[in-house]
Amino acid sequence: MSTDSHSAHGHEHHYAHHFRSAEHEYLTSKEGIWLFMVTEILMFGGLFVGYSIFHNIYPEMFAEGAKSLDWKMGFINTLVLIFSSLTMALGIFFLQKNQPKKAAMSLAITILCGAIFMVIKYLEYTHKFHLGLFPGRYLDVAKVGAEHANLGMYFGFYYCMTGLHGIHVLLGMCLISWCLFRTIRGDFNPNYYTAVEGVGIFWHIVDLIWIFLFPLLYLVG
Amino acid sequence: MMWFNLAQAQSFMPTEGTKIATQVDNLYAFLLLASFVSCVILIGGMVYFVWKYRRKTDHDKTAYITHNTFLEFLWSFIPLVIFLAVFGWGWYIYHDMRTMPKDALEVHVFGKQWAWEFEYKSGVKTGNLVVVPVNKDVKLIMTSKDVLHSFYIPSFRIKQDVVPGRYTALWFNADKLGEFHVFCAEYCGTQHSGMLATLKVVPQAEYDAWLEEESQVGTLPLAKRGEKIFSVKACASCHSVADASTKVGPSLWKKFAATEHIEGEPDVNVDENYLRESILTPNAKITKGFPKGVMPTFQGQLNETELNALIEYIKTLK
Amino acid sequence: MATAAAHGHSSDKNYLNETSGIWSWLTTLDHKRIGIMYFISVMFFFLLGGIMALLLRLELMSPGPTIMTADTYNQVMTYHGAIMVFMVIIPGIPAILGNFFLPIHIGAKDVAFPKLNLLSWYLLMTGALLAFSTLFTHKIDTGWTFYTPYSIKTGTSVVTMVIAAFIMGMSSILTGLNFIATVHKLRAPGMTMYRIPLFVWALYSTAILQVLATPVLGITLLLLSVERAFGVGIFDPALGGDPVLFQHFFWFYSHPAVYIMILPAMGVVSELIATFSRKTIFGYTAIAYSSLGIAGVSFFVWGHHMFVSGQSATAGIVFSFITMLVGVPTAIKMFNWIATMYKGSVQMQSPMLYALGFLFLFAIGGVTGIMLAVLPIDVHFHDTYFVVAHFHYVMVGGTLMAIMGGFFYWFPKMFGKMYNEATARLSFVFIFIGFNVTFFPQFVLGAMGMPRRYFDYIPAYHSLNTISTVGSWLIATGFLIGLYTIINGLMKGEKAPANPWGGKTLEWTTTSPPPHFNFDVEPVITAGPYEYR
Repeated sequence: MSTDSHSAHGHEHHYAHHFRSAEHEYLTSKEGIWLFMVTEILMFGGLFVGYSIFHNIYPEMFAEGAKSLDWKMGFINTLVLIFSSLTMALGIFFLQKNQPKKAAMSLAITILCGAIFMVIKYLEYTHKFHLGLFPGRYLDVAKVGAEHANLGMYFGFYYCMTGLHGIHVLLGMCLISWCLFRTIRGDFNPNYYTAVEGVGIFWHIVDLIWIFLFPLLYLVG
Repeated sequence: MMWFNLAQAQSFMPTEGTKIATQVDNLYAFLLLASFVSCVILIGGMVYFVWKYRRKTDHDKTAYITHNTFLEFLWSFIPLVIFLAVFGWGWYIYHDMRTMPKDALEVHVFGKQWAWEFEYKSGVKTGNLVVVPVNKDVKLIMTSKDVLHSFYIPSFRIKQDVVPGRYTALWFNADKLGEFHVFCAEYCGTQHSGMLATLKVVPQAEYDAWLEEESQVGTLPLAKRGEKIFSVKACASCHSVADASTKVGPSLWKKFAATEHIEGEPDVNVDENYLRESILTPNAKITKGFPKGVMPTFQGQLNETELNALIEYIKTLK
Repeated sequence: MATAAAHGHSSDKNYLNETSGIWSWLTTLDHKRIGIMYFISVMFFFLLGGIMALLLRLELMSPGPTIMTADTYNQVMTYHGAIMVFMVIIPGIPAILGNFFLPIHIGAKDVAFPKLNLLSWYLLMTGALLAFSTLFTHKIDTGWTFYTPYSIKTGTSVVTMVIAAFIMGMSSILTGLNFIATVHKLRAPGMTMYRIPLFVWALYSTAILQVLATPVLGITLLLLSVERAFGVGIFDPALGGDPVLFQHFFWFYSHPAVYIMILPAMGVVSELIATFSRKTIFGYTAIAYSSLGIAGVSFFVWGHHMFVSGQSATAGIVFSFITMLVGVPTAIKMFNWIATMYKGSVQMQSPMLYALGFLFLFAIGGVTGIMLAVLPIDVHFHDTYFVVAHFHYVMVGGTLMAIMGGFFYWFPKMFGKMYNEATARLSFVFIFIGFNVTFFPQFVLGAMGMPRRYFDYIPAYHSLNTISTVGSWLIATGFLIGLYTIINGLMKGEKAPANPWGGKTLEWTTTSPPPHFNFDVEPVITAGPYEYR
């Protein structure tokens, strides 16, 4: 049994029966997404802690590994993600203003930004593979001409952290695509856009994690 | 194996072998008593109330008591005081346990799958046996050759994990003569429960004599020397020598000059070359029915004389 | 007195028969049905883990190989731990009883995110399936704690098992997330945080732990997999890593995890004692805050699993001190429960027997925990049977007793039938006596120096091990009688009234079983949950 909320524009949203109103569902869903984001931050946090510990133990080895990172590419990616967070927020803004076409456009640009990020990531990864910079035991120290025997550890962290982040970017792109599809289908209106809000929070956190990853990996070195 | 020891493991706690062990037991006795009293209060109170306030009718009137600040404070504060007291008492003993004595007799300990190796400063090496003089500070400097192990002497109430890649240390001052169990107390695989060693506490003079005798290993006949190496390297953890039983690897009893069936290759005659190969590159030929990759290599651990000694010893196993 | 409209649409329609067919269950969004599905799965996993335990104890009945080789023993030991921890005790009470009753207790129609709730169940099943697949590939033998470097070197299906645990961890996270949002947002009007039942406070504190602690386990297991797959070298000393770091990461989750295991049990005990003493709970506020307090402090004590690991003496001292602090809120609860019975009207039906059994066994488990927190005592007892006895006293003597008591308590409400009281009591007697016979000797074995995870032992430990094995048969008998009681009750039980025990919480104001939407009209709450006046 669901209940409908009618907006002034005649749109309907069936909110779940166990909520008192659409507003109730919206606020609860937002809390749920934030709780999930806490778990994501904690999970990445564990990786950051691990990275920091070993950076502390092997500072020169980490410096050697960081040399192969191009800070310019990382910076471009940072700008791309920050911009995409703006377009994501715009997507929600336009839905609130009952401008679904502009909302759809904003969401599409967000997805595009995600794709640009992944392409740049792909280029970075393939360049490293070309140089033989693989994680762990797959890094041939002699072939690469590494000064430190355990350079593989650095790249283990690098691929783990950027890889896990990259997976979340891809996930985010899929979720935003789903929101885009639903926007075009006319599911959302100024009284109901909960899904987009939730995905938006997810996307912002993914962006936030990159904002910590970038200086840690590319700048501190 | 016959483990004669004065530890009298049939009693509730192993025989105290050091002063610290006595201190630990005193604290433990207090904890036992305090716990018993607490349980009597709690469980006794519970049983009493259950009986005294048992339901008599279906319409019993019960008291409406939501809280009692004073009582709640009391049963928060008193346990806290007791907990902090035992913490402090424990800290005092622990500090003693973890403060390494200066000028102690140092022995190096190697934990490996699945045996204990000991090395004295004079160069004497033993397997699964450590001999120390009584009433003397002894410090064990320990590391692992593979995975985590833990060196545990129940009678001394001490234990320390043995970690690969670093050293950990234990110290004790044994005030009782005798033989004491040493167990591995960190799970390390198949023979985790088989990594037993003996700690033997002897008078100083006997210790000196034993150390001297062990150093003369170089003058022993080759086969006897081989027997020593066999013991130090703990080959017996995996290979039986007195009968045909299988432990982890093939039995070495009557193995020399026998025919060995090899996995994926023709049979071999067990001669000096085959034994040498088996010790230095154990995965080159695997006996049928045994897994590959279990026996570690001893390349770099034995010199030519020691290899010869081992082979001569194995020849005597019949 | 809480007011609520308590009638279903018709006298026959309830959540069980609202729709029928297995598909309606597998796609249900009803928290009550999801609770039942968890019950069936968890009970099955418990049976498997229990068989592992019986096999272990059979092997340990005498020294030397009795019925299996050392390798098999190490595998059985690992599966027993992994199954019981990840598939039984952690999901246990929150997923079964919490799912069923949390919404009803706060006057809600369902949890905040019903679809997520169903997903949680599927995640648990997926993880379990993946875990069991390792029985057919390379059975793992690392112990449920996966310590490095052994877990890196062993040629068994560690990565698969670790991924399975990761997936089951996600199930736990989503349940916790769901419960927090539910407690925050779906309480009925008048249901302030100080009027929710203590079971809800317990589930809420547990949910905070599930959300904050489990992600760290996730990343730890991920790093272990990466270490095995790529040889990155974070935990492998041969590559410059630190094996003790793994222990820090692992116990950072796994210590709060043990409070995930016990807090819900304590919540159940609060319900049982209040109802079966027909008296308001003593010290409601103290019990509520102590649950939060235990949850909070639990994040800072993980190093007490590592006193002899090679961590510094200073770290040991700090962790020992903080562990003492976490003992205080636990003690408070014990006293408050007993004080509840004072001047009450106590009836010893089977749920109450289990609650009293909990008090007895948890008291012993708790004081031995304090002993282990004392540094030099732990040096002797760490990794011996003393620790094994301690955690079985709190997890089995504690949580399992509570789950049995809670299950019998709520059985009439969940299924609309009464079970046979006599066989339920009989099962309690066998479990209680059997438990003590199995595990009390293990305290002595530990004091005598017998290490844990030992396939073989010196002859001096023989007789106590035999006694312990006999005890395991008594426990098994008790659980079989319990299982019989449940099945018999489901098939032939008398129709249950709405409130067979005289309880005061909201579930007793609905029909047995409850209607699909729990309440026809949202209840309005005007008083606390235990108003026996």
